[in-house]
This record gives sequence, C-alpha cells and structure tokens, in this order.
Amino acid sequence: MSKPRRILPGFHLSLGIALVYVSIILLLPLGSLVGQLADLSWARYWSIITDPRNLASYRITVLSAALASLFNMLFGLLCAWVLVRYTFPGKRILDALMDLPFALPTAVAGITISTLYASQGAIGQWLGFKVAYSWLGIVVAMAFTSVPFVVRTVQPVLEELPASVDEAAITLGASNAYAFRRVILPFIWPALLTGTGLAFARSLGEYGAVIFVAGNMPYKTEVTSLMVVTRLQEFDYPAAAAIASVVLIASLLLLLVINIYQARFFRRIHGNQHV
Amino acid sequence: MSITVDQISRQFGNTVALHPSSLDIKEGELVGLLGPSGSGKTTLLRIIAGLETPSAGRILFSGRDVTNLHPRNRRVGFVFQHYALFRHMTVFDNIAFGLKANAHRLSLGRQEITERVNELLGQIQLEAYAKRLPAQLSGGQQQRVALARALAVRPEVLLMDEPFGALDAKVRVELRRWLRHLHEQLGFTCVFVTHDQDEALELSDRVAVMSQGRVEQIAAPAQLYREPANRFVFDFLGTTNSFKGEVRDEQLYLGEQGTLRLPKVANGAAELVTRPHEISLSHSPSDSATLPAQVSAIAPIGAVVEVELQPFWEAPNLHVTLSPRDFEQASFAVGDTLYLHPHRLMLVDPHSTALTPVS
Repeated sequence: MSKPRRILPGFHLSLGIALVYVSIILLLPLGSLVGQLADLSWARYWSIITDPRNLASYRITVLSAALASLFNMLFGLLCAWVLVRYTFPGKRILDALMDLPFALPTAVAGITISTLYASQGAIGQWLGFKVAYSWLGIVVAMAFTSVPFVVRTVQPVLEELPASVDEAAITLGASNAYAFRRVILPFIWPALLTGTGLAFARSLGEYGAVIFVAGNMPYKTEVTSLMVVTRLQEFDYPAAAAIASVVLIASLLLLLVINIYQARFFRRIHGNQHV
Repeated sequence: MSITVDQISRQFGNTVALHPSSLDIKEGELVGLLGPSGSGKTTLLRIIAGLETPSAGRILFSGRDVTNLHPRNRRVGFVFQHYALFRHMTVFDNIAFGLKANAHRLSLGRQEITERVNELLGQIQLEAYAKRLPAQLSGGQQQRVALARALAVRPEVLLMDEPFGALDAKVRVELRRWLRHLHEQLGFTCVFVTHDQDEALELSDRVAVMSQGRVEQIAAPAQLYREPANRFVFDFLGTTNSFKGEVRDEQLYLGEQGTLRLPKVANGAAELVTRPHEISLSHSPSDSATLPAQVSAIAPIGAVVEVELQPFWEAPNLHVTLSPRDFEQASFAVGDTLYLHPHRLMLVDPHSTALTPVS
C-alpha cells in the first residue's frame, strides 16, 4: 500500500517555518524564564512569591483585571451588537476605532488616562471620587487596553447569527428580552466568554498603561507586572522570573479552561458524532 | 382565519419588489405563491407575517386590519427557508420555545407544555429524537421540527418560505404528502412560497403565479394548467413548444416547409404554443399531421419518453412526450422524419401575451 499523498501544497515548508517561529518568539523566552527559576531553591521561590507586598499586588491585579474584563464584557458586547445589527453614518469609523487600544502605545494611553482622570483633569474634576492614582485608575487603564478582545471575538460570531433565528423567536411571540436571553446570548456565549477571558489574561500582565495611572503605592496600587520590573531594576533576575511565573501560570490555566469549555460547547452545537 | 392582501406594494429605494397586489385567501385554504427568484413572492409572504413593512396597502386577518401589528402579536406560524432552528436547544426545547415564551399569556403550566410538545413530537414522528440537537438531525427531520415549532402555539395562519427547497427529491415528495395530511387534520390557513411548479400544483388548493413583483394569475392547479392567463404562466408551468409564423386565409405558414390549418384566426403574424403531450407524431403526412420535423434525441424518463425534434422550418427544437407504449408502437429512431399533429393550441396575444385556445 502506498502512503496517502497530501494534495494541499506547502505542508512541510509552512509547518517548518511556523515551528521555528514559535520556538524563537514564544518558547525561547519562556525557556530562559524557567532557566532563571532553576537558580532558585523551592523555599526561596516560595518566599518570593508569597512576599506580602507581592501578595497584595496579586490581589490588586486580579481584582482590577476582573472588574475591567467584566466591564468590557458588557461594553464590548454592546459595541459588537451596535456594529453588527445596525447601519448608521460613521459605522466604519466606529469599527476602526475599536482597534485603537491595540494601535496606541500603552504608555500614551496611561498618560492620557491619568491626565483626564486626575483630580483637576477634564473628567476627574467632575467625579466625587479619586480615579487616577487609585486602584480605579488601574481598572480604567486595563479596560481601555483590553476592550478590542471582546469586540473582535464577539463581532464575527454575531455576524454569523442569521437574522431568521431572531425573527423565528419573534414570530413565536417571544419578547425582545426573552429572545435575547434564550436565543442570542446562548449563541454568542462561548465567544463572549473567550473574549472576556482574553481581556482578563491581557489585563493581568498589563504594565505600560497601568503604571502611569496607578500611583504605585506599595500594598495599595502596585500591580504584579510592576513588581516584576522592580525586581529587574534591582538586577534580581531570579526573583523577577519567580513573580512572572505566577502571572504566566495563571494566564495559561485561564486560557486552558476557556479552550476546554469552548471545545465542549462546539461539540454539543455541531453534533457529537463529528468534530 | 382568512387573509386579505389589499393593494400591498413594496419598494426598496428605486427598485420595486412588489407592485400593488391583492389576494383573498379563504379560511383553511392552502395557497402556494409560485414564481422565479426575484418575483416578489418571499417579500409578499414576509409582509403577511409582519417581518417586512409594506410601502402601501393593507393586510387583513378575518377582516381585522393587522398592517401595523407587530409580528410578535400577529400569531402566525412562520417556517423559514433554512429552518432557523435554535441550534443550542434540543428538539424538545425548540418546539417548546413558543409555549414557554408565552406561558404567562396562555396560562400554561410545565405539565401542559410537556404534554403538548410530546403530542407534536408524535405528529412529526420524532418522539425518539426529543433530546437530540438540530445538528444531529437530517434535513427532512429538521424541517419537521421547524414545522412543529411553528404549530406549537396553534397559529391560525401558517406561512412557509420555500419549505422543501433544501431537501432531496424523494424526501420532498414524502414531506409534501405528510404536510397535506397535517393540513387536513388541523385546518389552518396556509400560504407557502416555492419556485417548484410540481410542489405548488400538488400541495395547493390555489396557486398564485408571480413574476417581477406582480401576481400574474391565481387559480386552482387544474385550471391554472388548463387555462393559463398569459405566456409567462404557460412557460413557467412546464415545457413550451412555440409555432411562430404568418396566418393567411386560416392557414399558418411556418417558413417554406410547414402549414397548419387554423380556423377563425385573423390574418397576420401569429404565435401559437402547446405542451409536449399535446402533439402526436406519425410517419407520413396527412390532413392533420402537416408539420415535418427530424428526430434529434430520444430520452426514456420513467413513465414517459421525451422526444426532441428539429423542425424543417427555422425554429427552436420541439419537445414531444409519449407513453412508452405509444413509443413502441410508433417505432422510430433518431434521424427519422416525422409529421406533427398538435391537437391543442393556444394563440398568444402579441400585446398582452394573453392566451386563447384554438381548435
């Protein structure tokens, strides 16, 4: 029997390039991170990552990221909804604006947000509470940099939802709220969850935008990525790597959970026998 | 519930999807809207459902004006072309959707909903599939689920957009018969859209033939086939043979070669049309068989034999169908010259394209 021949061309070349790229750009830095960790004993590793100042930074980072991604879940869904469901003048511009947080240098975003939300700033002066230089500032910065994740994952799925499905719910007498809850939301739920998860993972590691608005007060407004940079500036590479590994493991676990959930969901939707 | 379409029209920008059209659909009637794509049939159906707003005109349900009533409150069942099933819900939940969404208004308990859905599952013969998801069903099964979902809320009007368009030929025929029975059982008023003339003629009590945003004719299937109002309807319902020539003294002259006796037809240019089964063939010319043509193809297709002939005058090929028995008795082959005798002809009016029988 002869070996089955591959009809699609370029398999070896493209896979080869992809693997080399993944190795150089992704795995090599990760490998050196693990290499740095090898210099640490378990006891030392544990004492670094459970340092009270670091523990405080985890709490601040996770809570702010959670709040920011929850906000983005709602706001991003709204933006995607508006962009898919309606036609209005300036739609293309709004669509393009959604990518701005990706295009803008995060430091610029951070400085702009801190200026706007400072107690004398254009927005800050109208608010009765402190945003810039508080943990709320961290939330705003995180929300700003990660909103495209939600919009860009929900948008294509929403576009795929045929109008007839919506119309079917209406002709069956469902109210708008009922149709949204029972028909549209379940349809976009996996995408919404993925987008929110990506936004959360991104927020966990956000540095550039956050440090300009956070105020960076120990135990109060220090994020974990700042702790990594602080260790680096002290040339304590193993400690920096240890803290970074916590963020890395948290993000990887999150992505894994989302992927498993999504795979299960799609298997259900597309029928159990294939896929 | 009867449906009255009163001078309904629809424009999209500068293009007219539907010219002012009127239809009267009686209670319990099954009406097919038949036409090619772009004829406005789906637009008309969606306007009846309230999914599209008309530019002008009124829709009445049993005399009540519903033109401005939201589709949610019209209480029509609508079956979409690609079924539009809720793919994350089981078959049971799909069918129960309308009942659950209106549980309050209909004052239905969980028990009653379950009973009614099970009853419908029985009617569509899918009891064993209640817990499956739509993706696990065949096209025909999905179609039946879509029907059951629409019928669950007991609408008095059922509207269907190309209900069998995406199915295999055999499944289509089965489903048609099944739908016909279901309709007899439940007695709802039903309007459906199709581009398949067999489907329209088999299923409908009456067929409305549409073209370019107009209703060309509405009639019972037999009458429609027998007395088509104009050339478009005639062409759309089947294969057309056309004889174009010059009438002089009750004789139609087709070029040099053929003449045909046409009593009581005025002099001048004339076009006559006929169906493939309304022509008989013979080996030698006679008083009635006067049109010579050469056999160019013979195709036995199940119950009939289709014969294609090239006329001796300048004209497109003609098509004749024979029963296999007649074909055996006639015994001819490709290349033979035969003489045609059309026994039923319709004269086409050159301006209105209206048809009048000649005999």
